[in-house]
Amino acid sequence: MTDLTSQPTPAPAGLPRRAFLRVAGASAASVGLVLAGCNSTDPLPVVPIDPNLLTLAAGETGLLNYLYLLEQLEAAFYQKVVDAPPADLLPADKAFFADLRDHEVVHRESIRFALAANAYDANRATPLAFNFSTLTLTTRAGVLAAAQQFEDLGVAAYTGAMRLVSTPSMLSFLAKIASVEARHAAFVRDLRTPGSFAGDDVVVNAAPLQSVSLTKTPAQVIEEAKAFFLPIVVSTSLLPTT
Amino acid sequence: MNFFNIINKLSEVDPDVMGRLDTRRSVFNSLNTVSKRAAMASAPAFLAAFFSKAYAGTSAGDPKEIFNYALTLEYLEADFYNKMIASPFFATASALDQAAIRQISKHETAHVNLLKTVVSGIGGTPVTPVTFKAATFASLTSFAKQLEVAQLLEDTGVRAYKGRAGDLQGINDVTITGVGTINPLQAALQIHSVEARHAAHVRFMRGQTPWISGNGDLDNQEHYKGAIPESTITQSGVNLTTGLGTPYTATDAQASFDEILTVAEVLAPSRAGGLVGA
Repeated sequence: MTDLTSQPTPAPAGLPRRAFLRVAGASAASVGLVLAGCNSTDPLPVVPIDPNLLTLAAGETGLLNYLYLLEQLEAAFYQKVVDAPPADLLPADKAFFADLRDHEVVHRESIRFALAANAYDANRATPLAFNFSTLTLTTRAGVLAAAQQFEDLGVAAYTGAMRLVSTPSMLSFLAKIASVEARHAAFVRDLRTPGSFAGDDVVVNAAPLQSVSLTKTPAQVIEEAKAFFLPIVVSTSLLPTT
Repeated sequence: MNFFNIINKLSEVDPDVMGRLDTRRSVFNSLNTVSKRAAMASAPAFLAAFFSKAYAGTSAGDPKEIFNYALTLEYLEADFYNKMIASPFFATASALDQAAIRQISKHETAHVNLLKTVVSGIGGTPVTPVTFKAATFASLTSFAKQLEVAQLLEDTGVRAYKGRAGDLQGINDVTITGVGTINPLQAALQIHSVEARHAAHVRFMRGQTPWISGNGDLDNQEHYKGAIPESTITQSGVNLTTGLGTPYTATDAQASFDEILTVAEVLAPSRAGGLVGA
């Protein structure tokens, strides 16, 4: 079964990937221009590189890398819980955590596929290791609190990022993930506090924008999640803001 | 070829052509200098891209029409939950379930009020309220039966909002009296994610997975089908079960992505359209 032949608006196979490759081509070309501007006898400029600074690229490539990073973070968290569940995690919880892990891995891998060579870690020898030292992952309560934090943040992140996307096929791809993240968030909240699926702390409860979900900019999301990247510092300075 | 002649011709068949070009700010973002505009306006390939972007995903849709469509669906949901709370079966539900339905009902009513304000604020006329068909509601003779319909309404709502996201892409922020400045796409997506939270909870109340895994008791209903069914396992041209290096199950592939419904699909008698009535 394929959704492409029957899609009402044409979205050629692999469009996002090609779009990104085009962006890559453009960057390579501009690098070429800069190099062409250098006299071959000039000494190469020495730019100090901070190995702990991860600056996300500009434009849609950067935005997608930002969401890729968040999906990596979520997948790594659920993998850790599935590998070493707290003693009081219920058997039913475990099956759901395996589902959550699977979904986040599928999200991560499909975004990585779209990014291809433009993934920030395409040339890294080892994947980024996330820092979960601030979390309590030895109790059910601690795991659920952390899961809620990740999922609510993910929902706010997708909601805040999609307006910054300019390629129609990329928006439709991300919107399909965004609502699944909202389902996850509702579910882990219900596990933690039954009935809190759309609580007043994540759905605006004051007029005039009452009953819409919270949204966060990439800068706000990275600020909230910064402890999980340490010692790496993630910079959103090049990401689009409008 | 004259760029302005083309716009003139277009305006004969689409009076809103200038508004469309103007609100699709991303079109103009790529044309930041006059000389660049002049240079590029003669290139046929550029023109094609320009107009396909201006008309991307639209079927003569404009924010007024899109938000009125959303308003119609919110009227239907809001009336359904009002009927549910007023029903004699409501008292048979647990206190927790009652609280959940009240919370969802509060959101749907607030969505109606917000969307009415938005439609008026951008110069439209809010659609006439619709109601959930009384005879259909009367046939739901238990809280559990009512919850089945709640699930279908919520999952359809998620698909409906998602189906219009592309039509709102690139439209400028608007300032609306009584609301403030909003980005139309973002506002719609903020409602979309609340609908997804509702859907997840109603499914979980019913003993279903909060996500659409394809093995639920209602997953064969029309609400989960359509031109792009929820059972889709191909995204961006790649089969997720086989194309990502590591194989993933079809269940995971479909549950990881929610799919769209078009306006015609949502309003079909087999889906939300069949639930609207006196």
